[in-house]
Amino acid sequence: MRLENKVVLISGGAKGMGAVEARLFAKEGAKIVIGDLLEAEGKQVEAEINEIGGECLFVPLNVTDEEQWKQAVAAAVARFGKLDVLVNNAGIFRSHGIEDTTTDEWDQVMDINAKGVFLGAKAAIPAMREAGGGSIINLSSVAGLVGAAYSSAYTASKGAVRLFTKSTAIQYAADGIRSNSIHPGVIQTDMTADAIADSKFKAQRVDPTPLARLGQPEDVAYGALYLASDESSFVTGAELVIDGGWTAQ
Amino acid sequence: MRLENKVALISGGARGMGAVEAKLFAKEGAKVIIGDMLEDEGRKVEAEINEAGGECAFVVLDVSDEDAWRKAVDEAVSRYGKLDILVNNAGIYRAHNVEETTADEWDQVMDINAKGVFLGTKHAIPAMRDAGGGSIVNISSVAGLTGSKVTSAYNASKGAVRLLTKSTAIQYAADGIRANSVHPGTIETPMTEGFLADDAARQDRMDRTPIGRLGRPEDVAYGALYLASDEASFVTGSELVIDGGRTAE
Repeated sequence: MRLENKVVLISGGAKGMGAVEARLFAKEGAKIVIGDLLEAEGKQVEAEINEIGGECLFVPLNVTDEEQWKQAVAAAVARFGKLDVLVNNAGIFRSHGIEDTTTDEWDQVMDINAKGVFLGAKAAIPAMREAGGGSIINLSSVAGLVGAAYSSAYTASKGAVRLFTKSTAIQYAADGIRSNSIHPGVIQTDMTADAIADSKFKAQRVDPTPLARLGQPEDVAYGALYLASDESSFVTGAELVIDGGWTAQ
Repeated sequence: MRLENKVALISGGARGMGAVEAKLFAKEGAKVIIGDMLEDEGRKVEAEINEAGGECAFVVLDVSDEDAWRKAVDEAVSRYGKLDILVNNAGIYRAHNVEETTADEWDQVMDINAKGVFLGTKHAIPAMRDAGGGSIVNISSVAGLTGSKVTSAYNASKGAVRLLTKSTAIQYAADGIRANSVHPGTIETPMTEGFLADDAARQDRMDRTPIGRLGRPEDVAYGALYLASDEASFVTGSELVIDGGRTAE
């Protein structure tokens, strides 16, 4: 098993990509802490993993709340003895151009998508250092690589994640802590359901995908699994693009 | 097994990264054709894989020879029934700056490192189309991402591979053929042992590798395995950087 004896904390693990990552990682031998605002859904994923012989714990987590991050990391260490892997997966999407983006919306998107990643990394690093190293996986987006007609705060937040990931990689390489970003294209999840249903968005963002399909949460989860495992022990500060060829054009 | 029922052709498979990829892919269930100019070493890898219960055949392959590529692909199809994966791994390194590089050396490096990838891709594609799709993994380099003080033709050749990979991804996505590039930092292989024998050169590479060690062939082989497998089925036109954080700075 590729994550045997690893302890993993996944933000936004109650549904969508986070839940698929939690199940896949558990199947590969990891002990999982899922943090999310959605308690009912989170408890369901927790129960599901535990029932099939995995080990999973749900903790309430608002990623903009530094105290809750500390508690989530402490819960991982208390329950499973250490923390090896952090997946900063929680995020929100807002489809507004610059002039349509209110300052409040800007703050909300940047708080959850960018500051949430910062707070998670900050809380996880001391525990990873104690574990002798670790792997931080930050979910950015193709919107962290190229501009977008349909978003502005979202694009900025994902660009922030992309470069924050590299700084983390450089600053903590000596502690054996790796840090990499994943850049999914349009993945079929609850977060993107409204956008995909919009025919203009679909024409602009989905139809030009060279592989001619929407991404599935599994596509991202396997990339995260590679980056979480020791198979990628020489990979840090890198960007894994999982977009069906969209940004290669 | 992650490559069950897959047939893989690996250029430069007789030693270094290619040989490690061949062994790893075979362990993961692939039938492997290794193509190389080095017959003795290639036969040894072939025997080793077959003795361990894998399936492997060696073919003589000069990657700058179009006819040799045709024969290598034919061998894969006639022996194992199809071709699913091509790893364009063969390459040479020359440490000369622009003025030191002779036109002959330029031609040699470009022929092997760039044209070799083009020819391999060109002849693998029809077989992959027949197989219903495939995965092409091109070994570029960090020298395909950033400039270099000590190389010029090598730099150019790896930049060519980087972008040829993206064109291949776009052009053959509709056939279910994926193409991705891998960008290793300094990996300890027969190709690099010459310049790494110099203590100052080794120290310089170490100083520029945040993670504090040089790469091993296994580091690259696991990345190639990910890209070769169906776990990466939504990944095409992407660059997988395996460099210990070197280009993140």
